Parts: sequence; C-alpha cells; structure tokens
Amino acid sequence: MIELQNVCKTFPVSGGSVEAVKDVSLKIEKGDIFGIIGLSGAGKSTLVRCMNLLERPTSGKVLFRGVDMASLSKKELLEKRHSISMIFQSFNLLEQRTALKNVCYPMEITGVPKKEAVAKAKQLLELVDLGDRLGSYPSQLSGGQKQRVAIARALATDPEVLLCDEATSALDPKTTRSILQLLQDINRDMGVTIVVITHEMKVVEQICNKVAVLDNGSVVETGPVKDIFLSPKSQMAKTLILPQNNEITKNMSQRIIRIVFDGQESSEPVISSLSLECHTAVSIMGADTKNIGGKAYGEMLLQLPDDEVSVSRIFKYLEDRKIGFEEVSEDE
Amino acid sequence: MSEFFTSIFGGGMGSMYLEAFITTIKITVISTAISYVVGIPLGVLLYGTSSGGIFPNKVLNSVIGFIVNMIRSIPFIILLVMIQPISKIVIGTKIGDDAFIFYLVVAAIPFVARMVESSLKEVDAGVIEAANAMGSNNFQLITKVLIPEAKPSLLVGGAIALTTILGYTPMTYLVAGGGLGQLAIQYGLYRFQPKVMYVSSILLIILVQIFQEGLSFLAKKLDKRAKNS
Repeated sequence: MIELQNVCKTFPVSGGSVEAVKDVSLKIEKGDIFGIIGLSGAGKSTLVRCMNLLERPTSGKVLFRGVDMASLSKKELLEKRHSISMIFQSFNLLEQRTALKNVCYPMEITGVPKKEAVAKAKQLLELVDLGDRLGSYPSQLSGGQKQRVAIARALATDPEVLLCDEATSALDPKTTRSILQLLQDINRDMGVTIVVITHEMKVVEQICNKVAVLDNGSVVETGPVKDIFLSPKSQMAKTLILPQNNEITKNMSQRIIRIVFDGQESSEPVISSLSLECHTAVSIMGADTKNIGGKAYGEMLLQLPDDEVSVSRIFKYLEDRKIGFEEVSEDE
Repeated sequence: MSEFFTSIFGGGMGSMYLEAFITTIKITVISTAISYVVGIPLGVLLYGTSSGGIFPNKVLNSVIGFIVNMIRSIPFIILLVMIQPISKIVIGTKIGDDAFIFYLVVAAIPFVARMVESSLKEVDAGVIEAANAMGSNNFQLITKVLIPEAKPSLLVGGAIALTTILGYTPMTYLVAGGGLGQLAIQYGLYRFQPKVMYVSSILLIILVQIFQEGLSFLAKKLDKRAKNS
C-alpha cells in the first residue's frame, strides 16, 4: 500500500542541518496496522508526514499503491490526500464548526452534495458513538470525543490509509484503549490500512500487527510485533520493551534477565522446573501478561544467582526449552 | 429622532447635529467597509506569502510589506495632501465627503491588511496542517478554514479599525467635508462656541462605544471556542 524507499529528510537550521529521517525503507501492506515507535525526536512525526508529502523527502521515494507521490502534480497530490487521511495528537478540529460540520469539511472540499455529505457525516458520527453530539463545538467535547470526531472526519472520504500521529498521546489510559479499539474495528470492518505513530509500546502491543522501531531517524528493527516483543534485537527496541525504568531493576547489582513465554508455555510451571532442574533459586522481580495480536504472552524478570555455574545452567535450561530471554542491561 | 435632538438643543441645531451624526457614521462605515474589501485579500496575501505561510513567496512578501509600511508611516494629514491629485482622477474631485472617504480608505487599507494578517496568524498551525492533509487547495484553505477560524479575531480587529477610522474623521474639515468632527472644529475652534464642540465630542464618544462594544459583543457571541457559547 505504502512503500518508502531510502527516504531521507533534512531540515536546514541555523548553522547547519538536521537529519530527521535517515535512509528509511519500509513496506506497509494493505490491511496492516503498522506501528512506528520511537522516543521523542526520533523522527516519527516527520516520517509519517513524508507518507502524505506534508513533508517532501530530501531524497528517496514514497510510493502509494505503486505511484511515486513526488511525481504527482499539485492537483493530483491533493486528490491523493483524500485517500490518505490523518489524525493528530492535538485533534486539530475546526474550532468554529460543530462536530457535524467538521466531518462534512472533507466532503465539502471534494464536492460531495451537501445533503449527501450531512447524511454520511451523521452516519460516521454514529459509528464513533457521537450520534448525540452532532451540534456540539469542539470546545464542548472531551479529548476522547474530539479524537472520535477527528476519526469520523478522517473516514469521510473513504480513505484507504489512516495515518495516526500520536493519536492517543494526549488521552488517559481508558480513553486510549477505547480509541485504539475503535481504530482496530475500523481496520477490520472497513479494511482501512492504519499507520500508528507512537512512543508507547502498549499502543503497539494492543493493535499493531507489524512494527518498525525508529532510533535517531533510522529504522533499527522491523517485523511482526510478536517477534520483536519476544526477542528484541536492537538496543532501542529493548529500551522500549523492557521494563528498564523500573526502579527495582535499576538499583540491583545482580544480573537480571527477562524471559518471555508464549501462550503455550504459560501453562507449564517453568520457574518451578527451572529451580528444580538447575538446583538453584531465582527471585522473581516482576511479572506481567500481555495480549499481543489476540495471543497471551507472559513476561517475567528474574534475578540470577551470583555463581556463574548456576547462571550457565539456567541459560542452558531456557535455551533447551526454547524460551526467549535476554539480559536486562544494567548500565542504562 | 430629529425631535429628540431639537428638544435638547433648540432651533436649527438639532437637525445640524443629526445630519453631522449620520454623515460621520456614513463616512466611517463606508471607509471601513471598502478598506476591508481591499484589506482582507491584501492581509491574506501578506500572511500567505510569509515564510511558513501557505504559499511562501519572499519577494512578493517583501514588496507588499514595504508598500504597506511606507503608506502607514506617512502621517494621514500629509498623505491626504499627497494623494489629492489621485482623488481628482479616481473620484473626480479633491474635496467633499466622497474624496475624504477615498483618503481614509487609502490610509486604512495597509492598517487593515496588517490587522487581518495578525488575525490569520492566530489560527492554529495544527488545524491548517489537518486541512492540508485532507487535500484542501489554497482557496479552500483561505475561505473555509483560515477566515472562518479567525472570525472572532477579525471582528475584534474590525472594531479597532472602525474606531480608529472614526478618530480620523474630523480631518474632513480640511477638505470641506461634513460630520461631527467638522462641526466641533468649525464651531468650537473658529466660531467660539465650545458648547457645540462638547456636544459633538460626546456624540463621537457615544459612537465609539456603540462600534466598539457592538463588534466586541458580536465577536464574543460568534466565538465557538468559548465554553459558554
């Protein structure tokens, strides 16, 4: 659906330039919910704006359904943008228009007859559970409601792709979950491909099937969410996934590993067997279960014993049972 | 209305005030309206061509900016004299109310253009980005997003423009026009009838209040960002 080939974006600043996006190549397939995750300043927002050419890449190609976006005329580009909708962290609704009129806007500019536009806008607002707030102005709506209006507005032109730029970052956890649920429904029921830009792993875990990890403008890791969650390879992916900011892991002098179980192993008494077979005790520093792509995963932080012999026995035990694990580095 | 003035001021004075009152309103409102007809597109151009605007053009922006600043820096009374020959061509006369409206409009357009520019600058960049992402062309962006979103601020600016232009109307006595200001100067200054000056001034104050408060009220009422709307 969208393919980025060696996309670079450089911004001139006083006394030099900043490379916001460095040589990024990505392929987003139809029907994906594709996550792009990274810390602030990693270039996520710039990257997503390259997809609809709000930012023109300095070099590289952006292909939308095989068409090079940069080769389009201004008029053709504006038309293409009707197929690539976008929602934002700050909602960006027209403040002087009601919810209904906001949803009508994209249809106004594409010349949909007014009656038809109003009917469709009502239908879309009902879809996002705001059927009773048609006449409300943005200032009268909560953050979650505003984002719902923005989603309804984004769907008004029957887009093929929906770009979400930190769409839930300004919302509380409960509202975030409901907005993500809505996005997932839209992806499933309307076949809209979704690109999710976020700095929160839990957003990716909840709805994405694929993810690209962005660090300092470059993609350091990409693949199915499950794979990256089970065995993150890049330092950035580990930073984002591992509970490193956890005070427990920070202040410990001992080595700590994170092990991940998939649904099947979760039913086996892994830790008990480990203790018995390796003749050593491990402390559980933290544990969590997560639902990724409808499958349950468990993750656990274990504090390893001091002696090397026991540690190597534990590693061998885990490797034999094909249980993913990695050491939580101490130095960060 | 006429009887009301007559009862207060007696003789022919009442109708004189009324006439001057109406003339002042006429001059002020017409000049402001024409200034906005030209000033809004000019303000949009100033905003749009600025760096970070919707159609950046450094050369055009500098040229318009320079002309606007130049006219604004010439004192009105001098500008008025300078453009009298142009008035002769455009309006057909150098004196009277119509010529005076021409002078006011020329002086007010740059001022209005800057006010419009600053109102448009207040529109949230995110909203403009969203409109761009939806594939709005520049015309749609201006007419459906920028101006409607800036409406409350534009109205507040309108109130300032209207009262500022009103403040210049007494200059009309230079070109033999009419109005309250002319009355105040004519009678107060040259005929030693300070009472006429005071009454004219009070009427001007009332007019300023009506314009200012009326438009501010409208701006507030139409602003949907306010919680209580």
